[in-house]
Amino acid sequence: MIYLLIVYLIASLSVFILPQWLKKHKAFILTIVQVMAFVYFLVRIPEIPIYAVWKWVPDLWLNLEFILDGLSMVFALLVSGIGALVFLYARPYMKSYEGTDKFFFYLMLFSGAMLGLVLSANLIQLFIFWELTSYLSFFLISFFHEKESARKAALQSLYITGMGGLSLLAGIVVLGSVVGSYSLGVWMDNAEAIRESHLYLPGLLLILAGVVTKSAQFPFHFWLPGAMQAPAPVSSYLHSATMVKAGVFLLARLSPILGGTPEWTHIIPLIGVLTMLTGSYFAITATDLKAILAYTTINALGVLVLLLGINTRESIMAAMLFLFIHAFYKATLFMIAGLIEKKTGTRELAELGGLVKYMPVTFLIALLSLLSMAGLPPLLGFLGKELIYEAKVHSPNIANLVLVLGVTSNIFMVAVSLYFARKVFLGKLKTFKKVPDEMGRAFLIGPGVLAFLSLVLGLSPDNLGDFIIKPAVDTVFMGDVEVKLKLWHGFNQVFYLSLFTIVAGVALFIGMLKRKKLLDVWRKINSIVFSVHFEQVFAWVLEKFVVVATAKTNVVQHGYHRYYLLTIFMFTTILLWVQVFVTRSFIFTMPLKFQPFYITGLAVVIVLVAIASAVSRSRIVTIVAMGVAGYGIALIFLYYSAIDLAITQILVETLTVVMFMAILQRLPKFAVLSSKRTRIRDLLIALSFGGVMTILAFKAVNVNLNRPISSFYLENSYTRAFGENVVNVILVDFRALDTMGEVTVLTLAAVGVYLLLASKKITKP
Amino acid sequence: MNSVILQMAAKYLKWLLLVFAVLALFRGHNQPGGGFIGGLMAGLAIVYRGFAFNAFQVKEELKDRPERYVGLGLFLILVSFIPSMVRNETLMTGVWTALPGWTGGFKIGTPFLFDIGVFFTVIGVTLLFVFSLTQKPNP
Repeated sequence: MIYLLIVYLIASLSVFILPQWLKKHKAFILTIVQVMAFVYFLVRIPEIPIYAVWKWVPDLWLNLEFILDGLSMVFALLVSGIGALVFLYARPYMKSYEGTDKFFFYLMLFSGAMLGLVLSANLIQLFIFWELTSYLSFFLISFFHEKESARKAALQSLYITGMGGLSLLAGIVVLGSVVGSYSLGVWMDNAEAIRESHLYLPGLLLILAGVVTKSAQFPFHFWLPGAMQAPAPVSSYLHSATMVKAGVFLLARLSPILGGTPEWTHIIPLIGVLTMLTGSYFAITATDLKAILAYTTINALGVLVLLLGINTRESIMAAMLFLFIHAFYKATLFMIAGLIEKKTGTRELAELGGLVKYMPVTFLIALLSLLSMAGLPPLLGFLGKELIYEAKVHSPNIANLVLVLGVTSNIFMVAVSLYFARKVFLGKLKTFKKVPDEMGRAFLIGPGVLAFLSLVLGLSPDNLGDFIIKPAVDTVFMGDVEVKLKLWHGFNQVFYLSLFTIVAGVALFIGMLKRKKLLDVWRKINSIVFSVHFEQVFAWVLEKFVVVATAKTNVVQHGYHRYYLLTIFMFTTILLWVQVFVTRSFIFTMPLKFQPFYITGLAVVIVLVAIASAVSRSRIVTIVAMGVAGYGIALIFLYYSAIDLAITQILVETLTVVMFMAILQRLPKFAVLSSKRTRIRDLLIALSFGGVMTILAFKAVNVNLNRPISSFYLENSYTRAFGENVVNVILVDFRALDTMGEVTVLTLAAVGVYLLLASKKITKP
Repeated sequence: MNSVILQMAAKYLKWLLLVFAVLALFRGHNQPGGGFIGGLMAGLAIVYRGFAFNAFQVKEELKDRPERYVGLGLFLILVSFIPSMVRNETLMTGVWTALPGWTGGFKIGTPFLFDIGVFFTVIGVTLLFVFSLTQKPNP
């Protein structure tokens, strides 16, 4: 499977390097790749589940793990199948735009990332693909980047999905710490342990935040209508098979692990119901074609999340079926909306009408999809709605509320679908800037195939149910589940609910049509009631966040070197003193040993010159005194036969003195500028720091490790690193990483000094 | 500072110090010394000459700007990691190989290359420090 992803990567990159005569057909080439991927998955249906693993960083629980089971199969088929149709459609659609190379590059990479996501069997790996889809969708939404609204919408979607992505990562890490692995298989085996751990709820909520933002659930649904700024093929792909479905996928993927708990069956359905209602409600009052479709997507996502949250056999079956239904009709409708915009130059409902005269085939395709969206027989959508109702009726928790809201939102959907068809294609013919005509075959293949599938699969759903839906439900529900899809269920409760939905929906539709005023009043009420828009709230929060961050930065990063030092020293001192007191480290058991008089004398001299350097009013004296102290320490090193240390100390000390001398002439006259109080404060901090360092030095001698680390170095220095100078061997071999870090720090310091002193003075304008 | 004695001494002492520095670098693996010490010595040798004459003049003489030593050093350090990567061992594992017999079986390995990298980096850093501090003040 990893090879398939590599093929996607190569295919997306190939857009840039194709020779000129092939470049014209780049979209077609990518379509072929998608079709190949689709076939690749299709022929593997009998073999599932397939599992594959590549070692990556096993020490960090990171491996590239792929799994193709029933659930991934559903999504993989959708991603590659609809991907192929989208590319087919994009080929003529994007012809008139600049920068299509980049467009197809992003789109192909995006579908590759989505495939990677649904095939991942390692949560960290899944997260990486998850983020990739977020970033790539940012580039896709902002394709028309010369428009400010497109840039804004893209940024908004990036912020929201990015925020959710971080939360998802946190959730994965939290739950991963319970079982000590990020592998899906390990999570599956220890599902019980995860559910019973005290980290379950925090982890679940964090992951849910990722799902909610990605799948445009309430209250983060607003980025999805904004994303309609993207070109039509992108909207079509994003809404049907990819991006927003990633959250749904994750829920389904984790449902066997995290699902079934009271938290799961209460929180998730609630989010789903709210989203479902929000979506269908706003779909009625929207006037922009793409906005209507975007809100119906939100509705569909709400339904999916709700169904996965209910977490029964029926609900999961309904979810899997609805996934297909929605992907089919939504991809088609977005493509058709794109066609209409291209032909007429507008997406506003009020300016459209009577298009059936010019575009009869388009109308037929759109009608099939809209009927599927409304859930009317004999289309696939009807089957889905029946199943959904059944799942809701039998939902163990809050069944009544869910049912009532579900029926309401479905009534809205029926009305919206009919209204869409009536306003765009039927009714009085409006005048357009240019006379629209039927689209070419190239444009209609994609939507046509999908609409046709909606019809055929609705009439004979057996194959879909047996070979695709059943394995998926088995995977999510973990067991052998009987899946029997039927168009006609008989006169039962669910049928009457359906009947009622359709009748009420048609009534609402007629009401919307006849009483035009009503709809206008409704819109007005809407704009008053919902005067607080979520995107404005979000923008406000973002703005305040920046303000707070700036204020914080101004406090912490004040730009006074002396206070930085003060902070560092004080913090270190306090930390060390607390530790010293907690562990009673000031108690020493070591007997004091008297050293030879010349060493003691040297120590006394060092102390004296150190004091002298601190109190002296002459800079020369200070520098010389510090030099003496440094050389004295070097002598002590030498006495205890630390020759390398002594040499280094002498050299560094020399260098320090030299550098001081170099700048001595440039310094201003010595003066006492600080007040007595600050000097006392500094003295106290200095003494405190010195004191704690002294204790540490004593302690270092006193600590008895199990086995001193020095003996390891002594034993292995020559045998394993071929060096007799242990200090040097440690520096360049055993602890080479540390040395490299130190050298890097030195370099950074040098660059800093160089820039600070050697560069021309930067004058503020 | 314009002392003829110092200048004369610096002319020769600089080379002597440089030789010592390289010696310290090479013997570092078995006896006191090493890249850090050698680098400091070599840096100081050049600085010493700068003090005897004129820091600016030395800087001019030094056609390679000190930054380049830093870059060279860091580059050598990175290069010293490649053999361990190629042999698929943990990064920075020392890889040794014996030189042909006529050199007396002297062994050479990546830690040594690493040490040379440290040597050059330290020279560059030292010179950068000192030259930055002693440059002509901005008008």
